Amino acid sequence: MAVTEMSPADRESSLAQAPWQDAGATGTLFRGTVASISDIWQRRELLGMLTRRELKSRYKDSTLGFLWSLARPLTQLLIYYVVVGQFLNAARGIDNFAVYIFSGLTIYTLFSEIIQTGTGAIIVNSGLVKKVYLPREIFPLATIGSALFNFFIQFVILVVAALIIGTLSFGPHLLYAVGALGVVLIYGTALALILSAVNVFLRDVQYIVEVVLLLLMWGSPIVYSLKAVSGFFPNWLLQIYIDNPVTLAVLGFQDAFWSPNGEGGSPPDLALRMLLIGLLGIVILFGAQRLFTRLSGNFAQEL
Amino acid sequence: MTSPVHVVQLNDVSKRFVVRKDNSIKERIVNFGRGARYREDFWALRNIDIDISSGSTVGLIGPNGSGKSTLLKAIGGIIQPTSGSVQRRGRMAALLELGAGFHQDLTGRENVYLNASILGLSRKQTDVHFDDIVEFSGIENFIDTQVKFYSSGMYVRLAFAVAVHVDPDLLLVDEVLAVGDEAFQRKCLDKIRSFQDEGRTIVLVTHSLNQVTEFCNRAIVLARGSVVFDGDPVDAVSVLRSGFEATYEADATGHGRFKQPAGERGKIARVRVLDHAGAERREFSTGDDLFVEVDVEAATPLATWAVGLHIDNPLGQLVTGATSTSLDADFPRLEGNARVRFALPKANFGGGEYGVTVAMFGSENQEIARATDGAFFSIAPHTRSWGPLFTDVSVGLLPSK
Repeated sequence: MAVTEMSPADRESSLAQAPWQDAGATGTLFRGTVASISDIWQRRELLGMLTRRELKSRYKDSTLGFLWSLARPLTQLLIYYVVVGQFLNAARGIDNFAVYIFSGLTIYTLFSEIIQTGTGAIIVNSGLVKKVYLPREIFPLATIGSALFNFFIQFVILVVAALIIGTLSFGPHLLYAVGALGVVLIYGTALALILSAVNVFLRDVQYIVEVVLLLLMWGSPIVYSLKAVSGFFPNWLLQIYIDNPVTLAVLGFQDAFWSPNGEGGSPPDLALRMLLIGLLGIVILFGAQRLFTRLSGNFAQEL
Repeated sequence: MTSPVHVVQLNDVSKRFVVRKDNSIKERIVNFGRGARYREDFWALRNIDIDISSGSTVGLIGPNGSGKSTLLKAIGGIIQPTSGSVQRRGRMAALLELGAGFHQDLTGRENVYLNASILGLSRKQTDVHFDDIVEFSGIENFIDTQVKFYSSGMYVRLAFAVAVHVDPDLLLVDEVLAVGDEAFQRKCLDKIRSFQDEGRTIVLVTHSLNQVTEFCNRAIVLARGSVVFDGDPVDAVSVLRSGFEATYEADATGHGRFKQPAGERGKIARVRVLDHAGAERREFSTGDDLFVEVDVEAATPLATWAVGLHIDNPLGQLVTGATSTSLDADFPRLEGNARVRFALPKANFGGGEYGVTVAMFGSENQEIARATDGAFFSIAPHTRSWGPLFTDVSVGLLPSK
């Protein structure tokens, strides 16, 4: 359409037939959500570009580039393995402790990166938000894209390590990893949408998020085993602890890549739990999108 | 022709900004319940009803803070109105700020693709236009350099080049035409002209009133968030120039009513500075008699009218001024031409250059024409004193007590 020359009359008549659109994002409930999703779908190319921009600019001008994205998780792995595993003796009773930690850490890092960068997504892109109309969901979504890229690199390392150490076996339990990824993406997206929008109005949110993410990391069995917790909590509290989506995802990854027979003490109905929590997450995601749209009308004036 | 095709419809659009003075949780909790004291309502737009038809070029003008940019952003969908609805159709491109979306660490080439994508072009479409864009910007040699190394002029050139190749039906422009060097500016304006010829709709916010009269076929004057005038650009400019405070009446609800008898037009044909013999002259000495002769033309009959005179120094400071109203001179109804003469007997100007600005006022005392620095004269310098006002200064030592 950009190439053809149109006469003014043609343009006028084609415009006369064009449908009216509401400027900006509006609409109610389902119709609004559908409109938003189709809006984003039309801009998927831009989404890809923004993701690439995010990645490119993060390690700009550094010689090792993307390799740096591995520095942090590998250091974490080393610390937890040596300090928690050996010094504090948590590795006792957990075979292949390194794979155990790394499988939990990999999926948790994805979650925390989505939340952390997603929360600042609107503010970081304030120049665009104020000056151009785009479906604003694109900005948090682009950070998810770049987080997924980093996750993928770590994931490859995890798989290779599990293969070498010999904890990887093929079977239906690998589907737990898919479920875990799904749960993390659903909740990560929902929270990134909510937090990025709220952060525009209350900048304190980004600092609260940092603290809560630290808490969540220790609130799921990444560097210790679930068995250690089960003796400690009454049963009802334990169930809440397990049904925390982060815990479910961590357990799913451990079952997939560390031990397929639930040695870590994950509940036998893990798949069902993931499914239910996942469905609940979709409802929350829907609500998050509505909230985001609601708040996005005022982004430009608040930034 | 049938009724015009509208591309933008604004129905009763209002926008309220809440100005908060507390932004952290701590402050909000501390101030909880006393919220009203820490927030202030500000109506940036009030009850705006506008239809913009296809192919028109609309100028939004008004003083700072009158809501022009807010209105443009509302049309662009960047801010949501508090009440009312904004609808539009066709492809829109907004040039609210050149280079919005340029990323400092990416090269020019990458930024062209990114920015085009932000403005709604697909990668393939950008490929087609890429060479045109680079050629238009005139920075071929630097296209693979990171934009953080660009000069601000290069930055602006590339941004504008991208924006005009997006093929919009509706282009929103916010005070960005005054960028780049003169040659590039002319290129931009030519591009905008060709946009007009192609039947594209342009909405333009500007402070350059010349641009309004030159480009627009409709102008909307805003004041305090309301439309005070909507129509012919020449009238709009004269409304704005006359300081519409006098002709704009806000009723209790804040709805504006415009009572200007629009359509009065006039022109200042010539301004001359004469000496006592009636000959045009440029150089004078302090204490000479000065006469300023003004030829005015009324394009429409003027029932009552007046003429004003300003004499400024090169710094733009007013040295002296008067209007025919302040001088209690009543002129009869004017049709056609007239010649007015201001007399400044024994004018005590100090040495220096002076510019003469003349304005013409209509029946509601609104300005209908102006000749800024329509004539100049100079006063020969003194050796004894200086400054715009000449006084015969003397100095002496007083006898000591």
